[in-house]
Amino acid sequence: MSFGDLLEVSVGPHHPSTHGVFRMRVTLDGETVVRLKPVFGYLHRNHEKIAESISYLGSMPFTDRLDYMNAMSNNWAYALAVEKLTGQSVPERAEYVRIILAELTRLLNHVCLAGFLLQDMGASGTPLMYAFREREKILDLFESLSGSRMMCNFQRFGGCRQDLSADWLREAGRLIDRFGPFLDEFELLLAGNEIVLARTQGVGVLPRALAISAGATGPVLRASGVAYDLRQADGYGLYPRFPFRVPYGTHGDTYDRYRVRVLEMRESLGILRQALATLPEGPVLDPKARLRGLRPKAGEAYGRIEGPKGEIGFYLVSDGGPNPYRYRVRPPSLINLTALEDMCLGHTLADAVVILGSIDIVLGEVDR
Amino acid sequence: MEPLERIRDRIDARFGSGAATLVPNPSPSAQHSLLLRSDQAAAIAAFLRDDAELCLDYCSNVSGLDWPAAGHLEVVYHLYSMTCRHGPVIIRVRTADRGPGAAAPSLALVWRSAELQEREVFDLFGITFWGHPDLRRLLMWDDYAEYPLRKDFGKGAA
Repeated sequence: MSFGDLLEVSVGPHHPSTHGVFRMRVTLDGETVVRLKPVFGYLHRNHEKIAESISYLGSMPFTDRLDYMNAMSNNWAYALAVEKLTGQSVPERAEYVRIILAELTRLLNHVCLAGFLLQDMGASGTPLMYAFREREKILDLFESLSGSRMMCNFQRFGGCRQDLSADWLREAGRLIDRFGPFLDEFELLLAGNEIVLARTQGVGVLPRALAISAGATGPVLRASGVAYDLRQADGYGLYPRFPFRVPYGTHGDTYDRYRVRVLEMRESLGILRQALATLPEGPVLDPKARLRGLRPKAGEAYGRIEGPKGEIGFYLVSDGGPNPYRYRVRPPSLINLTALEDMCLGHTLADAVVILGSIDIVLGEVDR
Repeated sequence: MEPLERIRDRIDARFGSGAATLVPNPSPSAQHSLLLRSDQAAAIAAFLRDDAELCLDYCSNVSGLDWPAAGHLEVVYHLYSMTCRHGPVIIRVRTADRGPGAAAPSLALVWRSAELQEREVFDLFGITFWGHPDLRRLLMWDDYAEYPLRKDFGKGAA
């Protein structure tokens, strides 16, 4: 590699390819990336500090605004951490409701990621709009349930805010039935496309050992050949009741990260079908659950779930008071960026944009 | 996974008595932790990662904590094993005080995932990590002078 005149380019924070207000200081030798330093903080609001001044329940709606694509999963992760801290149990039906909503969230996250990734590669509009059409149907379901498309504020410590009606379940069943054929069509649009293959295969390789050391989680980790999925490793909620496969890649490149997500969507459909078919009757909120005026006894707890982007966890420390003494979010979007530079070195700037897209970040969560 | 007491005993046997202390957690979560002596923490961390039985290859979460009453800051690491599928093993390291020289050893060379997270702890708590490869503020700007997640932030005594 020749080191002639190097050019430093500041990409972002206001650039569509950075998926929000993310910035990279990229040093280029010709077109090749020789250095890449991410710059964070443009969306920082010290979410964790705010949480120390409000009640436990008061933070629930703020978790919607972390990864604002996936409010339902964030809610669950936070509720799980508080339930660990207080020893609160969750009714069976609520566990099913959580799984149904979390898997719908995974579908909408992954389908949008695929759309955005193709947009980053120059397929302007069409794939993304198809993806958004499907996402909108899921958001309609969320809206009819929680009153809000994206800021759902739905999970509670000890269950959920609202039961699923028979109408809602019928609609969800229809959506799941149609999603499979949509995926077939969506995949056909791209499978074997020469440009997609050239832009993704062998690009942005994240080796297995680095993926583990750098704390990559979710599809980014699994694409690098580690079949580690918290739904099975931890078996939280009632996931052990639902058999499903954990897709993983072999190359750790952008293509594998894309494929793993497509396969995961198919597994999510399987989980959803099982959950809808076996949904038990019963309450969705433990009648003894304490929501307002919750004062967990002194101690700490870390709760985590398999979010669509990776391990989203909450670390809570209580001093016995009504507000958390410490409230920490373990943000998969931020930690998955640890190895971004390693993945981009030696590739072109245009590839760095696609590699970033394949990691799948949301700045609301990166910067908190 | 082996009980935390046994892990502590094995650390003590290898690194000298008192290298690790059990910190009980009275909450129903029962997630107890090990407090490590800070001058040995990096070596102990490498031991926890490389030990065949523990193989704690994955550092999930790094969090700062401020204890003004006790007069120190603390860093908490949640470790898991992707290979052996167990965890968490929670380790903590304390600074000597809360002054401008508050420091702890960096574990970013043991687990890369601590790299950005320790930068965040440095940024928001003001803990300097010895041996960190690239210790800069993460979220706030470089010439910002305060540490927002300290308990006395905004109360006149920075």
